[in-house]
Amino acid sequence: MNKVLNFDTGFVWSMRLMALLVIGLVVAVGYVLVQGSSEAFQKFGLSFITGREWDPIMGSYGSLPFIVGSLLTAFLALLISIPFSMSIALYLGEFANKGKISAIFTSLVELLAGIPSVIYGFWALFYLVPVVRWIQERLDIPPIGVGIFSAALILAIMIIPFSASIAREVIRMVPVGLKEAAYALGATRLEVIKDVVLPVGKSGIFAGIMLALGRALGETMAVTMVIGNNNIMPDSLFSPANTIASLLANEFAEADSSLYVSSLVGLGLVLFVMTALINFLGKMLIRRLSK
Amino acid sequence: MLATMEYKETEQATATSVKVHVEGLRFFYGASEALHGITLDIPEKQVTALIGPSGCGKSTFLRTLNRMNDLIENTRVEGLVEVLGDNIYAPGYDLAELRRRVGMVFQRSNPFPKTIFENIAYGPRIHGVRDRATLEEIVEKSLRNAALWDEVKDRMNQSALGLSGGQQQRLCIARALAVDPEVILMDEPASALDPRSTAAVEDLILELRNQYTIVIVTHNMQQASRVSDFTAFFYEGDLVELGKTPNLFTCPREKRTEDYITGRFG
Ligand SMILES: Nc1ncnc2c1ncn2[C@@H]1O[C@H](COP(=O)(O)OP(=O)(O)OP(=O)(O)O)[C@@H](O)[C@H]1O
Ligand SMILES: [Mg+2]
Repeated sequence: MNKVLNFDTGFVWSMRLMALLVIGLVVAVGYVLVQGSSEAFQKFGLSFITGREWDPIMGSYGSLPFIVGSLLTAFLALLISIPFSMSIALYLGEFANKGKISAIFTSLVELLAGIPSVIYGFWALFYLVPVVRWIQERLDIPPIGVGIFSAALILAIMIIPFSASIAREVIRMVPVGLKEAAYALGATRLEVIKDVVLPVGKSGIFAGIMLALGRALGETMAVTMVIGNNNIMPDSLFSPANTIASLLANEFAEADSSLYVSSLVGLGLVLFVMTALINFLGKMLIRRLSK
Repeated sequence: MLATMEYKETEQATATSVKVHVEGLRFFYGASEALHGITLDIPEKQVTALIGPSGCGKSTFLRTLNRMNDLIENTRVEGLVEVLGDNIYAPGYDLAELRRRVGMVFQRSNPFPKTIFENIAYGPRIHGVRDRATLEEIVEKSLRNAALWDEVKDRMNQSALGLSGGQQQRLCIARALAVDPEVILMDEPASALDPRSTAAVEDLILELRNQYTIVIVTHNMQQASRVSDFTAFFYEGDLVELGKTPNLFTCPREKRTEDYITGRFG
């Protein structure tokens, strides 16, 4: 009896330790970001965030263009990806949820998540950018190709597997009994999906979408390759621009003054807080939804 | 099958009219045949109980009557199933309308994770009832018919998942009643309930038999004799015997029926 008790407390404590380790890690990352960016924040104050000018040569560092660039590409990507990821999830979760074809499709979707982002970047450069250029020609816009829209497209493709896999699992887990209850009342398949499957799964589906959004915000390599790396405020969906993650990857190696480095770390802090905030808002929404 | 013929001659006269007519019904899950040619009639406004050992095909049979088995892939039906005079497996047959006229109550109560009101109103809604006052009327009537109204009338907007197991099952019965069915299929509706809730559901069935044609699957012999007018004994995918409930329980014609009801197997 005592032995069991001892083992239990030991086990609980070791788990508690591991959990604390995770919290410690978050605190440590936060600390480095705050510490490293203090110079920039002391010098510019709030205008570090609201400033529109990023000019290392003149020593002015304003992050707004990249905040806008990150949010714009990520949300645009989300918007583009949702119809696809939800269709895939419904198809694999509700229509073809067993058998060989379903298994093949399911693992194909998961494979998509495993492709390194630099490969997505290459592919986008060779295939997506020309398509965007073609669209721009039709619309009488200078056919630059690279820019916000190209980045959003490749991001959309990259995040589809995340929201699709989670939504698929959630949809598969909707109890058969509930679906049968609706069918037995005379509901059509569409009504069952609309009135039972989606409402029951909505908080899980939403959680998957939030995960995808987080991925889109943090994605670096593929974005850098097709966004145009233009450090100004985007003024249209097609303008070459930059995101926080992409800028960090591009400029960290060449940062030659301590203020420059500090400003880049400051951008890192902004991204960290932005992601945390979006996650928090997402959690609140999920709680609302699951009531 | 012989037994059925006999039943037809001797006992059909007592039944007012036939609601469900099944002839030579065979059912296949893939290559395995679960029903080997069932022939029987289910009389109007009576309770017909289906009994038999586990795996003998009671649920399968029940679910052919509202085509719930269509949802299971790779299944096949042969033979004739007529519900309210229509061949329900005829091509182009309106499934939504069939399931409106033939309601179903499941073994495990399955209320939607919605309010009590919305649970009952869902069926009428999908069949086109939009008007709030009409919906409220239907909801109250259905809950009263299911002997649940007094217990829930003050909490219509609370989640149905907050009800007790027995209440949830009566809610599911009310939900089935709300689309105004003529036949109600029940698959072991009380097997997951405590004795008191079971008694409540049984009382309800006796109440409903004046208005509805009921087919109930049960493993509980006492329950079959308490609530049903006719009892059908299934064995390994065959209908062995169908008769008036008191007759079947007191003097079964078939040896296998007798063995089963006296508890010698199953
Ligand atoms: N989805 C299915 N796929 C394949 N075979 C099935 C399926 N459902 C039932 N069966 C088989 O069909 C036969 C009849 O099953 P059914 O569920 O109708 O029996 P039952 O009389 O309702 O049993 P119980 O009393 O245990 O509910 C069984 O042999 C069962 O294994
Ligand atoms: Mg069964």
